[in-house]
Amino acid sequence: MTDNSERRVVSVIVINEASVLSRITNLFSGRGYNITSLTVAPIPDSKYSRLTIVTAGSVRVIEQITKQLHKLIPVLKVYEHADIVEKEMALVKFPITENITDIDTLCQAYNGKIVNVGENVVIAMVADESKRIEHFLSAIKRFNPKEIVRSGAVALER
Amino acid sequence: MQISGAQMVIEAFIAEGVDTVFGYPGGAIMNVYDEIYKQNGFQHILNRHEQASIHAAEGYAKASGKVGVAMITSGPGFTNAVTGLADAYMDSVPLVVVSGQVPMSLIGTDGFQEIDAIGISRPCTKHNYLVTDAADLPRILKEAFHIARTGRPGPVHVDIPKDVTAQVAEFNYDIELELETYKPHTKGNPRQIKKAMEAIAKAKRPLFYLGGGIINSKASYEVRELIHKTQIPAVETLMARGVLSHDDDLLISMLGMHGSYAANMAMSETDLVIGLGARFDDRVTGKLSEFAKNADVIHVDIDPASISKLVNADYPIVGDIKNVVVEMLEHVEQVNPDNYEAWRETINNFNELHPLTFHEDSDRLKPQWVVKRVGELLGDSANITTDVGQHQMWAAQFYPFSRPNQWITSGGLGTMGFGFPAAIGVKVAAPDKISINFTGDGSILMNVQELMTAVEKKIPVINIILNNNFLGMVRQWQTLFYDKRHSETDLSVQPDFVKLAEAFGGRGYRVTTKEEFDVALKDAIEKNVVTFIEVLVERFENVMPMVPSGGSLFNMMLLEKKETK
Repeated sequence: MTDNSERRVVSVIVINEASVLSRITNLFSGRGYNITSLTVAPIPDSKYSRLTIVTAGSVRVIEQITKQLHKLIPVLKVYEHADIVEKEMALVKFPITENITDIDTLCQAYNGKIVNVGENVVIAMVADESKRIEHFLSAIKRFNPKEIVRSGAVALER
Repeated sequence: MQISGAQMVIEAFIAEGVDTVFGYPGGAIMNVYDEIYKQNGFQHILNRHEQASIHAAEGYAKASGKVGVAMITSGPGFTNAVTGLADAYMDSVPLVVVSGQVPMSLIGTDGFQEIDAIGISRPCTKHNYLVTDAADLPRILKEAFHIARTGRPGPVHVDIPKDVTAQVAEFNYDIELELETYKPHTKGNPRQIKKAMEAIAKAKRPLFYLGGGIINSKASYEVRELIHKTQIPAVETLMARGVLSHDDDLLISMLGMHGSYAANMAMSETDLVIGLGARFDDRVTGKLSEFAKNADVIHVDIDPASISKLVNADYPIVGDIKNVVVEMLEHVEQVNPDNYEAWRETINNFNELHPLTFHEDSDRLKPQWVVKRVGELLGDSANITTDVGQHQMWAAQFYPFSRPNQWITSGGLGTMGFGFPAAIGVKVAAPDKISINFTGDGSILMNVQELMTAVEKKIPVINIILNNNFLGMVRQWQTLFYDKRHSETDLSVQPDFVKLAEAFGGRGYRVTTKEEFDVALKDAIEKNVVTFIEVLVERFENVMPMVPSGGSLFNMMLLEKKETK
């Protein structure tokens, strides 16, 4: 890329039918675009699904991605977001021997809480902007997280 | 009416006006072939390899402007066809390809002749379907034809499991399609069109850059009118040969890697590129940063993704070329043709400086002479297909094309083995024209089995094999860029092409002189059977001019200047 590669969020509305997801991911791999994260779920009361794809590229690459996505037959709409509300969720598993109160306080700062307590581990959930999730994950390192799972971003235009 | 899935395929083809299906039967598609046996709504042509079926359907589609149809079985039948699908996808050829699949209950079990066909065809088709219920078939087939022929055309693949072809369901083809997510934009934005025409009126050195989309849009005659009214010179891509007639004063020639000096210089000097249905392919542009460096760009294309993909368009117009050009013609009076007098003169000078020509300086025939001679003898009365390589470029450079759909070649994918089966499809679509396939000694062997198809169905394709005992184009690059290390390109060991054609029941000629060539061609046309005319040509002839890969268009290797005999 000659010009700057930027993080972008693209939403794609597709007909909810067999193999539609592989059409999208094939397009990304076949044309050398990257996917940072991808989420997909049906849109309530419709035959459509919404995909939220976090990708990176120059303005020209993003324009191509948008156009190429739109060219796929089952794609209804493609939004390349400028002004959005974006959230991502993360689940983190901690040993029960860690300081649960501190963890819980941290979680609350990131719209989260402890959601499950087992014999040996607790599971905490946070939901926030992807960037803040990164902060959270670096902040909780000292509590020795055993497992981390991130959902990938979802977004809505303001 | 209640009929089987197999019968639905037949009924849908007939409803779509299909008159020819190219194909090859096999286990998973047998139910449909059983119905083909029982019907007489269309003819079936049995190619001898599935790849050839797809290329034949492509040739048929390109010569007729209709959707080409092919049918194949599962597994290896399908994988053999993939090259054809990819070829059609790259060159925007409208096809509907129906393949058999193992029964639904076997899908995913590694069944006999099972392969994930739609998984494989996804990146090389415009769209594809796996049919899981015969009740969906009428809609899917109707959509397939619609999608193949509208917008930017392309191949559509329909994969049907064997049990679905046996399943009985309601067939009603008289349905309205509801494709909410597929609505090609065919009418150009009027404001943009107006602005583009104003830019043309203001330009000093405008240049039409004509692409294959014009032929797909059946807009050649409108484009000719626009060019003649404005008196603006034009260059053609490989795929656009025939949009303008060879004797049109405003046609410079083909541009690109093997384009003429004048065409490439015109593109380098223009101040306004008027791109119509062309996609700025790397074989056309050479080094992108140097391409038409001082020019604004008008780009008309039905595919928005083609616009500003490689070269930024200052005047992007999404729409069907024909609609847009008709609307451009409404604003044509503001363009003063006299303004471009000096520009036309410049281009004439380019042409005189380095005309597109060749030297007859060898004891063996020159391949370019053969192409030119066929043009002199047959001209408009022939449709021309080619394989891929040097012979393809010489055919594109030297044949006098006079109409759209006369020239059928594999441009985007560059598929050796395309020409012969495509020529069969062309002859079926246009029986009144002589079907000539220019090919090389490498390419012809890649679908040579089609001799059998042509003999069986009495399809008199004339294959002119320009034999230089080399994979010539690769040899040329090795000579020029690999210090003459001719790695694996020497084809000195060859079949006897005359006997080969005869073994299948066709005719063969071996030609070494001009006189022999004329006699052979005349005889081949009279005998009216599939023919090989093997012409022994100069082994080390290079295609010139040449823009080395990645170089700038204006930096061409040129034909050495010599006194021509």
